[in-house]
Amino acid sequence: MTRPGAARGREDLVAKVVAITSGKGGVGKTTTAAAFAAGLALRGHKTVVIDFDVGLRNLDLVMGCERRVVFDFINVINGDANLNQALIKDKRNDNLYIFPTSQTRDKDALKREGVERVLEELKQQFDFIICDSPAGIEHGAVTALYFADAAIIVTNPEVSSVRDSDRIIGILASRSRRAERNEPPVETNLLLTRYDPARVAKGEMLTVEDVQEILSVPLLGVIPESESVLRASNTGTPVAFDEDSPAGRAYLDAVARFLGEQREMRFVQPERRGFFRVLFGRA
Amino acid sequence: MAGNLVQGALFTVMVVRAGMLRDTAFEEELQQQVGRSPRFFLNAPVVLDLKDSEGFTTEEAFLDAGEALRRHTLALVGVQNALPEQISAAAGAGLAVFAPNSTQPSRRAVQAGTGQATAASAAIMPAAITQSARPPARLVTEPVRSGTQIYARGTDLIVTAAVSAGAELVADGHIHVYAALRGRALAGASGDVEARIFCSRLEAELVSIAGRYLVSEQLPPEQRGSAVHIALVDDQLTVTKN
Repeated sequence: MTRPGAARGREDLVAKVVAITSGKGGVGKTTTAAAFAAGLALRGHKTVVIDFDVGLRNLDLVMGCERRVVFDFINVINGDANLNQALIKDKRNDNLYIFPTSQTRDKDALKREGVERVLEELKQQFDFIICDSPAGIEHGAVTALYFADAAIIVTNPEVSSVRDSDRIIGILASRSRRAERNEPPVETNLLLTRYDPARVAKGEMLTVEDVQEILSVPLLGVIPESESVLRASNTGTPVAFDEDSPAGRAYLDAVARFLGEQREMRFVQPERRGFFRVLFGRA
Repeated sequence: MAGNLVQGALFTVMVVRAGMLRDTAFEEELQQQVGRSPRFFLNAPVVLDLKDSEGFTTEEAFLDAGEALRRHTLALVGVQNALPEQISAAAGAGLAVFAPNSTQPSRRAVQAGTGQATAASAAIMPAAITQSARPPARLVTEPVRSGTQIYARGTDLIVTAAVSAGAELVADGHIHVYAALRGRALAGASGDVEARIFCSRLEAELVSIAGRYLVSEQLPPEQRGSAVHIALVDDQLTVTKN
């Protein structure tokens, strides 16, 4: 499903709403939302990433635009500001926009009709609308996935994360707008993050195969546990902009697969010290 | 709109033989049975089978019978196999008259507990008002995710995809899972002790038939991951490899 780039006229495009969700907290949803949006923008798609985590605003920090927030998602839902006043253009990529949320309100401010109106308006301008979901299965999380056309389930290779992901996949299949309207189901993909092949080999983490067997949804990618992710978050740079880091390359691979390309899975085997490396003592 | 005013529906009702009501042992037996599955019997409809029973020619007799069943939370709704003089008395007592007995005694006699066919448990048997006794089995082809509950009311449940940990299958009849069963499965949820659970990979959190249950750690470890069927044998949940 290769999508045409932003260069083409907007009339023949159907914008896609992509929910980044997981159920469990702390698995890397916001990192993934930022990296995915950056990756899509790098591929020439006009992309906006929305923070649905009302009251726990983080996306602006991860995107490095926290000092430029004036109006937010809730202001626009309530009609206190218009869309273009609230959208923040990324300084590194012209295709990338950030739509921050409110830190002072809570999830109840996410009125479904208001969210729908804002998403419809965004669809006029963007190819991809990435929704960074809050943790949990309550109102905020359900609102973030309700309008989704596609979903990326972020999972860590451990049992509680996998079970929560399973729950969220069930909610996508039963409570999304597509499910309610009997439309084709939300296109659901799995992204395995914080994967440490060495610990998997020792049996301390679930393998890619274990997780896939339990969740039985297509695997979009495996993001290795990497220092570069923490560094990226702290410096406000989406990790996909860091093409030198394994995590950055893994995210770019995942974006390519999401756009319909075939790419071999990387970073799933533990790094071996090869024969020559041992022989010559190279690290 | 007129077409919607009258709709057909199928119900499962219990049939009690009228003669039994006069047996003192019956009340005791009935009380025990209701006590074992109080929810199943609460306000459950009962049809009185008048076959070969003398009397019951006055309204009074039917009102008394209704009163006796009401004491055990059952609701008398009608009669069957009634003679002409019994029909008018029953109608006078506000009871429906069902067609002469076309139902066969069900193979699924409710015998919660003992496993021995006592006079009372043989007398109370679910029978259908029409000939098709149960709704068709419920078929589920998508994975059953954590947090989902599926109930096959009055029938069997067939699942052809994996049932995740944290998901729950409930059926009044049998449960078949043609994939890994990792969640909970409760067959015979309304007390049918003949119900069974079949699965092609047993990794369940809990299995239950007619209220008896085993949790994961009570399941035989050597049968984990195997294709099994689970049945109630002498009131014990028994897991057998296929």
